[in-house]
Amino acid sequence: MKKLTSLLLVFAMALACAGCGSSGKGGDTDAKSEGVMTYEEYMAADLESEVVVEAYVQAKQSWWENQATVYAQDKDGGYFFYNMACTEEDYAKLTPGTKIKVTGYKAEWSGEVEIIDATFEIGEGSYVAEAEDVTSLLGSDDLIKHQNKFVSFKGLTVEAADESGAAFLYNWDGSGQEGDDLYFNVSVDGQTYTFTVESYLCDSSTDVYAAVKGLNVGDTIDAEGFLYWYEGVNPHITSVKVK
Amino acid sequence: MRAKKRKAFLILAAISLLFLTGCHGREGMSAFAIPEEFDRTGNYEISFWAKNDTNKTQTAIYEQAISDFEALYPNIKVNLRLYTDYGKIYNDVITNIATDTTPNVCITYPDHIATYLTGANQVVPLEELFADEKYGLGGSEVAFDAPKAEEIVPGFLEECAFGGHYYAVPYMRSTEACYINKTYVEALGFTLPETLTWDFVWEVSEAALEKDSAGNFAVNGQKVMIPFIYKSTDNMMIQMLRQKDAGYSTKEGEILLFNDTTKSFLETIAEHVRSGAFSTFKISSYPANFLNAGQCIFAVDSTAGATWMGTNAPLCDISRDKIVDFETAVMPIPQFFPENPKMISQGPSVCIFNKEDSQEVLASWLFVQYLLTNEVQTAYSETEGYVPVTLKAQNSAEYQDYLSRCGEDNGTYYDVKIKAANLLLENMENTFVTPVFNGSASLRDASGQLIEKTVKSVRRGQEITDEYIEELYSDTASLYRLNQIGGGPRSAEKEDLGELPRTAVWLLSALLGAWGLIILYVIFRMIKRKAF
Repeated sequence: MKKLTSLLLVFAMALACAGCGSSGKGGDTDAKSEGVMTYEEYMAADLESEVVVEAYVQAKQSWWENQATVYAQDKDGGYFFYNMACTEEDYAKLTPGTKIKVTGYKAEWSGEVEIIDATFEIGEGSYVAEAEDVTSLLGSDDLIKHQNKFVSFKGLTVEAADESGAAFLYNWDGSGQEGDDLYFNVSVDGQTYTFTVESYLCDSSTDVYAAVKGLNVGDTIDAEGFLYWYEGVNPHITSVKVK
Repeated sequence: MRAKKRKAFLILAAISLLFLTGCHGREGMSAFAIPEEFDRTGNYEISFWAKNDTNKTQTAIYEQAISDFEALYPNIKVNLRLYTDYGKIYNDVITNIATDTTPNVCITYPDHIATYLTGANQVVPLEELFADEKYGLGGSEVAFDAPKAEEIVPGFLEECAFGGHYYAVPYMRSTEACYINKTYVEALGFTLPETLTWDFVWEVSEAALEKDSAGNFAVNGQKVMIPFIYKSTDNMMIQMLRQKDAGYSTKEGEILLFNDTTKSFLETIAEHVRSGAFSTFKISSYPANFLNAGQCIFAVDSTAGATWMGTNAPLCDISRDKIVDFETAVMPIPQFFPENPKMISQGPSVCIFNKEDSQEVLASWLFVQYLLTNEVQTAYSETEGYVPVTLKAQNSAEYQDYLSRCGEDNGTYYDVKIKAANLLLENMENTFVTPVFNGSASLRDASGQLIEKTVKSVRRGQEITDEYIEELYSDTASLYRLNQIGGGPRSAEKEDLGELPRTAVWLLSALLGAWGLIILYVIFRMIKRKAF
């Protein structure tokens, strides 16, 4: 009897471990509710088709007049919910890790695959993804498979953002001022990429905004952020550490 | 990269609703009276909220203008706050009216000023300032060579007049242009007509959808081709309606948008969305990105977006290896009646907000005049396909020299940009503006929303039936609260306000109860008196 009990316990523990098998912290992120697409099914869905997904909020970008823009993720991939119907009260509930079931339409804007005209409901469960290191994928065709995920980049070199030698610019061409988006260039393996501190996602009061303003050309940095797309990869950076 | 511009939509869509609430309940300040003399001894600090097209040259011109002005008036300090879209300025002004913290000088649209006017004496009427002998346009005490009133292009100045006053001066003017991949048009066997028509654009666009045996579009050999992309669908609807002389609104603010001509436009647009021939900026992306990649043939955008258009565009968001070689033609937007072309006049204007200190307002006015000097006008207009708003600047040797050097390089003299400016200069008598009234900004948004919603619906497989249009009209009128402005759609019924709030029900019940008790008491007293 004891052996049987032990076996059952081991089996139960194994099941529990499988449930927590994702890289992040949280509960059962594998299970999808009835009628909900897996990430694979979502990616296979046609543009403009109605989709239903379940994912966990990773970051909130903006809320205005009952519309929220949110980065979310499940264990398989990232999602970008653009201007999703959301009351201010519900927006407050969308803390990192919150599970939501989203119904909307799959769309693409300048390469960014997103869900628009969406509604959502909050579910049970929590999952906060750990940043996935995609440094080695920069410049490769495989990088887009990680679109909208929370990712990290290691050992980047800060390059001049323009001909003046500035390490960052307010707006893409330096036409902005404090509070606007920050743009900075980084290189790895001889290729240069433009990273952005999106001012709605991380405003001028955030650590990352201050960190980017403190960068110098030639600095080596590690960075984390969301893998946004605009006519090519354009990560929205949420943290920068100078090495 | 201009991705951020997409944010404007969530703001624009939302702030259009604020005009009904944003300025309520504020007591007005005293009307501005022109001081006898400008006080050159006191120090005045004024704020200038300016809009640029995410263009660092424009930012530099503002900064230079401020620096030069401060050198002329050392007792005036101008603080520049930069915006990249009108909607955000509009939003911030409305918020600041409520807290009495409006800027002194603000780049704006007349539609937006109409909303600002819901606060009494908020915006300074300018006609007396125009005419003031000392400080008016070209006045005797103005410390620089300012234009006289008659040197501002009359049509542009009139665009700033409504409600019996001039509430702004024009700063820059633009219109829309159709930027065309002429190489592909000719490859498809067509020749561009002298005046572009809607029929021609639709016909070529449909022809461009032919595919080869490999499934690529024959005209570009690529998997992507959206032959016709429109940036600003509110302009699209407004101009189509004006060209057909169909209803949009009356000057008094009666809403005429929801009519049968609008319906026929939506049906035509739906037909071409269904085939894949048409899309919009909001749904696909910037027309310039597709045009430059050889994935679009007709890209309609502002003349103030000309520097992004064409193979050799000085500004570009797509990687250089994606750019295709082609000849760019710049033409006025498509027309229904080529012999009577109509196109919108747009571009920034400048208004002045009233303050308790009339000297501060006068300092603001002097700065506004400085923005109309030849130096500022020519420099700023050359950053994009803008046109100076003064005849003085337009006719200046510097500006004429600039125009004459079209195509000399791909920077200052970029041919597409100068052609776009010339397009407006040659069509100034063919431009129009829409009536300005409190709510006209919402009507503008609604007119674009009709197209955007229709395009989305078709892409999602929905049929555009009479019932669909009726519902679209009704929903759009509700969303933009057009029923509360003017006529509203023919089919729109009164908005369902829903059940009364619980507190209101309690209050009404308590009132009814109290009246019931009073009546019972009166009856009781009457019976009692009769009994005795």
